[in-house]
Amino acid sequence: MKIRQHIILILPWRRRPQIPRLTRTVCRIPPFAARALPVPPPQGLSCTGEKITGTIMKLGVLFSGGKDSIFACWKAMQQEEVVCLITVVSKNPESYMFHTPNIRLAALQAEAAELPLVEVETAGEKEEELLDLKRALLAAREQYGIEGVVTGAILSIYQATRVQRVCRELDLWCFNPLWNADQEAYMEELIDAGFKVVIAGVFSCPFDASWLGREIDRRTLDELREIARKYRVTLTGEGGELETFVVDAPFFAQRIAIEEASKTYRNYNGVLRIERAGLVAK
Amino acid sequence: MILLIDLCYREDSLSRDEFVGPVERLLRRSGAPFFTRHYTAVGAPELEAADAVILCGTALMDTGYTEHPELFRWLLSFERPVLGISSGMRALAAAFGASTEPCCEIGMANVEVLAPDPLFDGQEGFPAYQLHEYAVQVPDTFVSLAASDQCVQAIRHRSLPLYGFLFHPEARNEWILERFLGLVTPVTGRSG
Repeated sequence: MKIRQHIILILPWRRRPQIPRLTRTVCRIPPFAARALPVPPPQGLSCTGEKITGTIMKLGVLFSGGKDSIFACWKAMQQEEVVCLITVVSKNPESYMFHTPNIRLAALQAEAAELPLVEVETAGEKEEELLDLKRALLAAREQYGIEGVVTGAILSIYQATRVQRVCRELDLWCFNPLWNADQEAYMEELIDAGFKVVIAGVFSCPFDASWLGREIDRRTLDELREIARKYRVTLTGEGGELETFVVDAPFFAQRIAIEEASKTYRNYNGVLRIERAGLVAK
Repeated sequence: MILLIDLCYREDSLSRDEFVGPVERLLRRSGAPFFTRHYTAVGAPELEAADAVILCGTALMDTGYTEHPELFRWLLSFERPVLGISSGMRALAAAFGASTEPCCEIGMANVEVLAPDPLFDGQEGFPAYQLHEYAVQVPDTFVSLAASDQCVQAIRHRSLPLYGFLFHPEARNEWILERFLGLVTPVTGRSG
């Protein structure tokens, strides 16, 4: 297993004024009670009786480059502090946990977001990849002091359960802000908030090659809604019908420009492989 | 009006969408009127307005609510329907004097129905989503309704409609929550 650290210096937190942030304060809680952190006492007083405004957790986001993990990251930024992104790159195209077509571009997305990326490679064999996930989370804890992990799981108990177990082993909090989300409301919020998402993989009827590279805008969402109703696929693609790639998000300092891409498609299975991409000013 | 209580580590926390949001959506779909409060913000006016209460779950690491048992003492005298989900079951059982024991289940597990109850009517067992590190020892005033091969999964007060589920019905078993809503009788003009 290789662990690559993409460290991009983060200076301009002020570039994200749209994200409300709590004030980090020190609460001197004895070690035996540390497990309960960061729970403020109910009356807004710290254990020492001083007035507190809240505590903020340092979180790492399990990051695939698709809309769900990036939206979950955005949600997490509104409540806690996202200190790094964590990507597990699977060499196994059949991996249920980690494989996505353009996972290598997670580094570019991390750069766009001005966040460090902890990248781990895995052979992608079923339970072995969980050990690689564990090593990735350990590296994120050692390097960036994460106290918890955020995922973009919506419906997949298979994925959510495995991440929960690894987090428990490592005494890390686990957050799934999209868990059981109303798919319609989620997709609307995604577009309203300014995320620019393109379809990077199709794996189900009736999606043809023309869907590859399409941006999920209102018109596309209307079509997806109709397809979801007619073909009983999930609107979000969480059932594995679609893969997505995010080119812009509200917290990106720069957006991604896809400069060259190729399509492979056969029998309702297709992938948009992004061959070349760069960052451009927003 | 149903009072939904958020047991997460902070009001409007990052866990809210995971543990409270799915129950809110189900209530909305069912047309059941409800309001949500954090457990630190539940007082006499909220309890007075509630025809029933649902105590939501929390993240595995989130046990802050257990440090404030005084905030759950109202459960001893609240005689309308209550459903405690996972951490909510722990809070309910603790209010009635029960202790906990380690029992970690994460993911789907089979739940076997042990005793007849309207909420499980017609079911001998079902798979349910689990996310807990502790199980409760059943208080004397409660009966066990269902169990997995690891621990008790559902309890009910012997004479009151107070329920605790260790599993999360809002994930994969919404039908049980809908049956619970059937127990709720709106009372208007309630006094003292």
